[in-house]
Amino acid sequence: MTRWLPQAYLSLVYLALYIPIAVLVVFSFNDGRTGYRWGGFSLRWYEALFNNSAMMQALWNSLWLAVSAATLSTLIGSLTALALHRYRFRGKRALRGMLFVVMMSPEIVLAISLLALFLLVGIELGYVSLLLAHVTFCLPFVVITVMARLSGFDDRLPEAARDLGATDFIMTRTVLLPVIMPALLAGWLLGFTLSLDDVVVSTFVSGPGYEILPLRIYSMVRVGLKPEVNALGTLLLVFSLLMLLMSQWILARSKR
Amino acid sequence: MTQKTLLSLRNLGKSFSGKNVLDSLDLDIGDGEFITLLGPSGCGKTTLLRLLAGFEIPDSGNIELAGSDITHLPPEQRPLNTVFQNYALFPHMSVYDNVAYGLKMEKRPKEEIRQRVDDVLAMVQLGDFAGRKPHQLSGGQQQRVAIARAVIKRPKLLLLDEPLSALDFKLRRTMQIELKRLQRELGITFVFVTHDQEEALSMSDRVVVLMNGQIQQKGTPREIYERPANLFTARFVGETNLFPGTLEQVGDQQITVNVSGYRRSMPCPRFPVSNGQSVHVLLRPEDIRVLEPDADHGFPGKVVERNYKGSTLDSVIHLEDGTEVLASEFFDEEDPTFDYQLGEPVRVSWVDGWEWLLPKEPDAVDETQAADV
Amino acid sequence: MMKHRRRMFRGLRQPFRTGVLVLVWGWLLALVLVPNLLVIAASFLTRDPGTFISLPVTLENYRSLMDPLYLEVFLHSLYMASVTTLVCLLIGYPFAWALSRVGKERQLLLIFLLIVPFWTNSLVRTYALKLLMATNGLINNGLMALGVIDEPMRMLYTEGAVIVGLVYLLLPFMILPLYSVFDDLRQELLLASHDLGAGRFSTFIHVVVPLTLPGILAGVMLVLLPAMGLFFVPDILGGSRNLLVGNVIKNQFLDARDWPFGAAAAILLTLAMALLLFTHRLSQRRLGEGGDL
Repeated sequence: MTRWLPQAYLSLVYLALYIPIAVLVVFSFNDGRTGYRWGGFSLRWYEALFNNSAMMQALWNSLWLAVSAATLSTLIGSLTALALHRYRFRGKRALRGMLFVVMMSPEIVLAISLLALFLLVGIELGYVSLLLAHVTFCLPFVVITVMARLSGFDDRLPEAARDLGATDFIMTRTVLLPVIMPALLAGWLLGFTLSLDDVVVSTFVSGPGYEILPLRIYSMVRVGLKPEVNALGTLLLVFSLLMLLMSQWILARSKR
Repeated sequence: MTQKTLLSLRNLGKSFSGKNVLDSLDLDIGDGEFITLLGPSGCGKTTLLRLLAGFEIPDSGNIELAGSDITHLPPEQRPLNTVFQNYALFPHMSVYDNVAYGLKMEKRPKEEIRQRVDDVLAMVQLGDFAGRKPHQLSGGQQQRVAIARAVIKRPKLLLLDEPLSALDFKLRRTMQIELKRLQRELGITFVFVTHDQEEALSMSDRVVVLMNGQIQQKGTPREIYERPANLFTARFVGETNLFPGTLEQVGDQQITVNVSGYRRSMPCPRFPVSNGQSVHVLLRPEDIRVLEPDADHGFPGKVVERNYKGSTLDSVIHLEDGTEVLASEFFDEEDPTFDYQLGEPVRVSWVDGWEWLLPKEPDAVDETQAADV
Repeated sequence: MMKHRRRMFRGLRQPFRTGVLVLVWGWLLALVLVPNLLVIAASFLTRDPGTFISLPVTLENYRSLMDPLYLEVFLHSLYMASVTTLVCLLIGYPFAWALSRVGKERQLLLIFLLIVPFWTNSLVRTYALKLLMATNGLINNGLMALGVIDEPMRMLYTEGAVIVGLVYLLLPFMILPLYSVFDDLRQELLLASHDLGAGRFSTFIHVVVPLTLPGILAGVMLVLLPAMGLFFVPDILGGSRNLLVGNVIKNQFLDARDWPFGAAAAILLTLAMALLLFTHRLSQRRLGEGGDL
């Protein structure tokens, strides 16, 4: 079998994946108005972006939502993972199945079902409804990340700690937490990104009082091309890349 | 060798990224032989097997099977089959489909396939398991399926790549006997790869000892064990005590060897000898005799370890010059003084004519490699 | 084993356990089970301008799904999603195979490069495609400059644009499960097949395809369903004629305010998911492996 053919094929697909992103980044520095033709280097779209107060407000809203959704889902998700790992209880299979279904079901179905619930119960569409929705779809991903870590965890470590005289509290602090901490961080970062990226669910459960970034972008890009979006997209790309590198670094370091 | 040659390898060489794995290797294998390739990991035995199967193409030399050159034939066209190390059973197929696979590829009629699969499954005593999936079988049963799958096409040659290494000790013994029986019944030539010297000795008609891509020795198990061609073979196959000796009084038939001051006369070795030459005197643990401290010959020493092995008593004896000697003795019911105390002084000697001489060789054999098996 | 595991965190005892289980079950029941039951119920009710839904119970919504107008939209959506899935499979299958044959060190880097886009805002990436495909966008300008075409091609607002967008967003979801089955595929099985007389093609059909089937099905599941739901892709790239089921559901809920009908459409989507999940489980069981999670 020729060796270069698979290599060439891999390269081709990566090229196709990255060309649009590269174009986006390059044109965010374009001085031209049209967004199609190169008109020299400029930071004007970044300037326009930072001067767009509605956009900035949406950005802060989104970040705050992502931070709180990631934190809450990591808290609930890691406790759930612990319970699934160490306890035998009735309905364990059902719980796993339910989380699996949440992960697999089409986002739009989750979206409309939550919309129906919020309107029925009378929860105003805004920060709270968004938070509840985001935590719900982040939850299974956090559970999986932490469970994967726990499954590689030697069950005898806590026993060893107790054998050496540690109390439960000290054992949890000195053995359990350090072991699952990388998974908690990775789960948090995943939740953060999922929340920041979500369009489908947010479209349904957000209200006029709390505008978030993806929806702002959505309304901008539906009609025509907006060079500010290039600038924003570039910033988000750099930001995600940093987050991803961080989570990979945390996971890799903890494997040593 | 009286049989006609089935497989002959000439000047076979293979290297991976500049490292020679096989080095101009020559070997003839007779029709119907059970031949074992024995060596530590990394000695080239697996590469040799892959060259035979057609999974690799040699850099030089050629492979001839029953008179025709198969060196560059793809694996699917070679009239030989392989039993893989971890069986490589197709997990998505039943036992029946696994075994029938080769015949289906030959596009045999359905009825013939059914008949032959039934026969071969009966032969490996798995007639009742045809409908099972591989993961529903025990290790030993999977092993039998792998063998059945490989022999159903009646290959001229069966390659077995450490087929027993995944089984536990007892099952391994059973399968060794089973494999011998199958080989006799089928009359197929077996090329068996292993790093387990006991397995090699007990199963084969002939053993080929490999090291660093070169054949160290080929011969019957008995030749390999009793008359090793060099230090590597001696150390790799079985336990060995090595004594440095110097030749004195070289005669036509007999020579006298001085082993640290203790003189023994023995028949001439096969290699040319001269007075004053340094040699190794090889003694297997069962050649050693442990004598009372007041015996009139033997090296003085004391017992530092004793292990009761059921049928034998193994002891380690520390000689006065610091050498350690391993002795393995059968029980003598008549002798009440047979057992030793630790620290007890004894003398060590050996049965006349059971020693084996090798010329002194620079200790070039990489011991770490030999030891990591 | 279990005994041993019970002992292991002896300190975190009953109250903790009960608390965690109440919390997570409470969350899932309130925000997953109840809302889904609501949707199921809504799909059998009648539209009401004020309260969104009201009695009587009816099958009318499911009947409307069969209305030629909607049926056409659904079939078109299903068609685009299927083509998307097929294209992802055709690109992703050899890709995953090639990826699994690369050296381990480089494999990690390549997988990292594959998930970077996944961590990047999907709207922004869809927008980037728009940048390329617009009438006076980069592709047209480039091709015209090279003299390949004389006047710009119409790429945006076509069925093809939607499919390109969906493939671009969903390709990693096809590749990752395929990669994991290819990574598990033991090389000796292929050698064994050759050894038993099978050529490349036979080996591919009889060994490679059946063994990678769970990955194929998982990939299909992860691509086909979102490909019917990602309403923003047609919104940005496809114009008004290339709608997905997702667009229909969104329009019914947010614009037309016909909840029962939207709910019925959503249930159709859920049933499709259930069917795919079931097939996937079945194929895994055939290989004698347990399901995940």
